[in-house]
Amino acid sequence: MAIEVRNVDKRFGDFVALDDVSITVGDGALTALLGPSGSGKSTLLRIIAGLEAADSGEVVIGDEDVTRAPARTRGVGFVFQHYAPFKHMTVHDNVAFGLSVRKRPKAEISARVKELLGLVRLDGLAERYPSQLSGGQLQRMALARALAVQPQVLLLDEPFGALDAQVRAELREWLRRLHSEIHVTTIFVTHDQEEAMEVAEQIVVMNEGRIEQAGSPRHLYESPSNEFVMSFIGPVNRLGDAFLRPHDIQILAESDGAGTEALVERVVHLGFEVRVELKLHDGRDIWAQVTREEAERLELREGQILTVRLPPPRVFTPQAA
Amino acid sequence: MSSSGAGAAAVSNGPGGVARRAPTHDAERAAERAARARKLTARTLALGYLTLLLLAPVAMIFYRTFEHGLAPVWDSITAPNAQHAFWLTIEVVAIAVPLNTAFGIGMALLLERGRFRGKGLLGLLVDLPFAISPVVVGLSLVLVYGKTGWFGDWLTEQGFQIIFSVPGIVLATAVVSLPFVARETIPVLRELGTDSEQAAETLGASPWQTFWRVTLPGIRWGVVYGVVLTTARALGEFGAVSIVSGRIEGQTQTLPLYVQDRFENFDSTGAYTAAVVLALLAMGTLLAMNLLTRRTRRRIGA
Repeated sequence: MAIEVRNVDKRFGDFVALDDVSITVGDGALTALLGPSGSGKSTLLRIIAGLEAADSGEVVIGDEDVTRAPARTRGVGFVFQHYAPFKHMTVHDNVAFGLSVRKRPKAEISARVKELLGLVRLDGLAERYPSQLSGGQLQRMALARALAVQPQVLLLDEPFGALDAQVRAELREWLRRLHSEIHVTTIFVTHDQEEAMEVAEQIVVMNEGRIEQAGSPRHLYESPSNEFVMSFIGPVNRLGDAFLRPHDIQILAESDGAGTEALVERVVHLGFEVRVELKLHDGRDIWAQVTREEAERLELREGQILTVRLPPPRVFTPQAA
Repeated sequence: MSSSGAGAAAVSNGPGGVARRAPTHDAERAAERAARARKLTARTLALGYLTLLLLAPVAMIFYRTFEHGLAPVWDSITAPNAQHAFWLTIEVVAIAVPLNTAFGIGMALLLERGRFRGKGLLGLLVDLPFAISPVVVGLSLVLVYGKTGWFGDWLTEQGFQIIFSVPGIVLATAVVSLPFVARETIPVLRELGTDSEQAAETLGASPWQTFWRVTLPGIRWGVVYGVVLTTARALGEFGAVSIVSGRIEGQTQTLPLYVQDRFENFDSTGAYTAAVVLALLAMGTLLAMNLLTRRTRRRIGA
């Protein structure tokens, strides 16, 4: 089901959480709502789910205007940031909850739960209680619980936020694959641009209750429409009003007359990538990203003076407020 | 204690990875001994205090009751007025406790989840029965529901008698034990949070289903504890009940009133026996809760 949000406003007291927000998510798409904390992304997700009511504007899921519909009739699967497990129920009963409140026959429920636990790779843990599961397992249980009622739309609030780095990487990969298997329209909230770029087909960048830009990860990276998107998606150097990507800075072994002189202040080896912190001859600090081979070829070391060639910088004209 | 803590740390961090030496062990052992001694002192103090205030008097009552053998105890228990007082107390508890449980849970939900003006005032009001002396509660009930009270005439015309009868006793008991369930439930409700309820909602549960399947199981330990306290308080209530009941033997005399009546009439075996029954009822409630909680908690590992 496609999702359409039209001109939604939401305030909490004096705080403007959402300011005239509109987004469109295509049927079966995997979309990330990306932004810093307080940007309104979780509020937007909760308004789509019906857990929060918009002050004005509309939410349409499929062909239906659900703006006034309660959460339980929207056909939305929601995965909470801290999973919100039913602690007094077994994994089986957690996953079965949505079917059991719909009074489905026992046999159907247990067959479906078994299938879902297989899908999220929790088979064998059906009789455990949430307190006996790890964070990653809880996450997958919450996902199975949300999928049990065959939602038209799957919404995930910071799905990987509370997990350690390795489990997070695994689950990202797994969510992508799951999405390509079941093709349910999915929106997830994240503040991690790398996560958004890796998992999502479409990214909606939010800031201070407004949509800054929406598009494919590549489009956002290559043609950011403003300063915020440029600096939020991907690494960036700022020189006055100009922005440049660290990997666009060329380091030359010898002066060719056209470049600028720079002093190497620090060289940081991050595996394949090497980060070079430089001071330009006019005193401004920038950093460049080079490959390991390049760093070796240039014999980079601290205190070295070399020539850099800066790419044509991007300058954003201030937006009309 | 020849080596200081800092010295010991320096040794263990020394070059060549020198293993901890004996002085460290001695220092650790001494610290352990001191900690153990502190714990023991604290425990002895606590136990001594409890013995003086609680255990010794209760033990004394048990001893005095059975001092002359079982026959007088049996006679006291089977006396018609004692029997009546016992069953009246059970009846009052059986009505007042469920009432207060339902009210307490509702109040807790209102105070913890609701957003409205005057919430603080309502919270204070719920606590009021803790602050007011039960005798005052009894008197004020008489003023409102008694023959000369606000509703007194009207109630008599309708054929209801509240004061000097069972409804009045239930009312007084309910008032003095009002805050327990709400007060025990509110913190548990806060800890539970709203996430799991919202999860239930998105999964299609109605508010009613969410309450019975998610909220109530989530707060049950708070509720159970509140119910136990309410029961204990309701069983033992004396002051308020003493005023509203009129203490009519065999009619409006609850077990605590009966104990006092026997005591004043120099029937010490009767008084002690009834007191022991009262104590056993309360202990039974506590024990039942303890067993229940322990078993289920072990199962869900919460």
